[in-house]
Amino acid sequence: MAVLEADPPATGDRRRLARRATLALLVLLLLTAAASLTVGAAEVSLSHALADLLAGRDLDLRARVVLWDIRLPRLLTGILVGAALAVSGAVLQGLFRNPLADPGLVGVSAGAGLGAITAIVLGGLLPPALAATAGPWLVPVAAFGGGWGAVLLLYAMATRGGHTSVATLLLGGIALGALAGAVSGVLVYMADDDQLRDLTFWGMGSLAGASWTKLLATAPLMALALLAAPSLARGLNALALGEAAAAHMGLPVERLKRHAILTVACAVGAAVAVSGGIGFVGLVVPHLLRLATGPDHRGLLVNAALLGATLLLLADGISRILIAPAELPIGIVTAVMGAPVFLAILLRRRLPEV
Amino acid sequence: MLQIRDLQVNLGRRAVLRGITLTARPGRLTAICGPNGSGKTTLLRAACGDLAYRGQIRLQGAEVATTPGPQRAACRAVLAQNTALAFPFTVAEVVRLGQSFGPAAGGPDLTARALARVGLQGYGPRLYPELSGGEQQRVQLARVLTQVWDPVAHGVPRWLFLDEPVSSLDIAHQLQIMQIARDYADAGGGVVAVMHDLNLTAMFADKIALLAQGQLLAMGPPASVLRDDLLGRAYGCNLRVSTPPAQGPYLLPQSARTPAR
Ligand SMILES: Nc1ncnc2c1ncn2[C@@H]1O[C@H](COP(=O)(O)OP(=O)(O)O)[C@@H](O)[C@H]1O
Ligand SMILES: [Mg+2]
Repeated sequence: MAVLEADPPATGDRRRLARRATLALLVLLLLTAAASLTVGAAEVSLSHALADLLAGRDLDLRARVVLWDIRLPRLLTGILVGAALAVSGAVLQGLFRNPLADPGLVGVSAGAGLGAITAIVLGGLLPPALAATAGPWLVPVAAFGGGWGAVLLLYAMATRGGHTSVATLLLGGIALGALAGAVSGVLVYMADDDQLRDLTFWGMGSLAGASWTKLLATAPLMALALLAAPSLARGLNALALGEAAAAHMGLPVERLKRHAILTVACAVGAAVAVSGGIGFVGLVVPHLLRLATGPDHRGLLVNAALLGATLLLLADGISRILIAPAELPIGIVTAVMGAPVFLAILLRRRLPEV
Repeated sequence: MLQIRDLQVNLGRRAVLRGITLTARPGRLTAICGPNGSGKTTLLRAACGDLAYRGQIRLQGAEVATTPGPQRAACRAVLAQNTALAFPFTVAEVVRLGQSFGPAAGGPDLTARALARVGLQGYGPRLYPELSGGEQQRVQLARVLTQVWDPVAHGVPRWLFLDEPVSSLDIAHQLQIMQIARDYADAGGGVVAVMHDLNLTAMFADKIALLAQGQLLAMGPPASVLRDDLLGRAYGCNLRVSTPPAQGPYLLPQSARTPAR
């Protein structure tokens, strides 16, 4: 991975560095996206398809199905999910003032996971008519509802008299995550073999289920969160000095916390609903970027979106070719890619003096 | 003007401040002194609008509790007793935060001037976590200064609220920082500083508010507050003003000259 430049320039302002990184990451994302369209179980020539398109000819049926119906929605889903997870990680780390925070921590992922597992295991108990209409929507909707339920519950628990305690939010998220995990365990215990297979795939995350319908349902939420995130940047920078100092500078701290949490709930709820539990992207991406271009959230959030999207596409590509024609769950790939990077960062970093 | 009338602040179930009435004027350096736990920080935080209170706190005529945060931030900047930085920003990035939240936002960059002011020329590119405690404290002061850079704007004074601004500094930098506060007041701004060092206080303050156990014991110019009986009561030990200790060396900060800035 390209670590751009660790030393700040002479003025101590790393914004130009961050902007150059944005350009580089944008190019990288476009290249990865193009590559990702060409990779997969079916052989399709992207250049032929492009030539056809440019010449105004219709695509042949095979190319249309593979590129348009399968790979393109999958590509866009991957971009949005990767960006959403990475940006959520960066926002949460800023909010908790802790570089180790992760979307998994605030209970969104756990709540969404519980929702999805409930839908998979108990979905069969629904009246057949309802089950037929809900159909493929049941799991994503349950995941999204579970994620939001967890966040709202946490927020209510952590807020007293107009003040939200970030520490309660963090610890409550861990507790709620453990609780959701336990209930999920019971449900997994009740599951039959088919459901177990679904559960495993869902739990480790996958973009295999991506489709235009699912994308259209979840993309607006992720896009909304991604567009809203940059407006948090200035506030998160101030929050790095602590809540008191940020308030002294005139920052509406409580509003910032509320907006940050809603943004993350939108982004992660939708991401988990469409792709299951994909770990490490939210943790590693902001971390790498902070090392390369500094912690200023104005550059960090934009760059996190780009790098998160790129990394998820890479991971998805790997998951598709490694054991082709079968597919590995993408969460396994992100964990295998992310965990060593994360460990390397931890070990390389000088321990803070006490 | 900062007018505090009949102030009571409760923290938890304790009344930490009771019946405080005092006035601090722009153009003056007002020191808040008193033993540990006497409520100095609490008084300053209440004046910042951090705490719920009973009574009255008016800054430039506006009741602090009901003034919106951005409006307060345009009028006064606060240096807290300690500030922890969550991420490794550079010194320049930290200082710029102050300006970007103050009335000088969008104007010419004050970073270099503010850093020079606190004696940290050329420190801009350094990483904040890699500085010493005293250097970090001065970076924070530079940030605070850029938030309310002009002591007076359109005839309205601005304010610096400083909580123990020199507690982790060596003697030269103590003098330098106190001189910055002094200059700010001389230029027409208001300065309220929580002080531990009574010698420095005597040297730089126009007025001293002496706190003990949450109450105001005395308020007035140094000569009238730094008296044996008052200090003895406040600090609970026998103190003699301007009497050198019977044995051993001692240092008077008055004997030093402020280094050229
Ligand atoms: N959050 C709190 N809850 C209860 N008591 C507090 C709290 N914060 C401070 N105190 C108490 O209030 C008193 C004044 O504290 P403070 O204003 O920080 O003193 P200092 O004069 O040393 O700055 C102390 O006795 C302290 O123990
Ligand atoms: Mg104190």
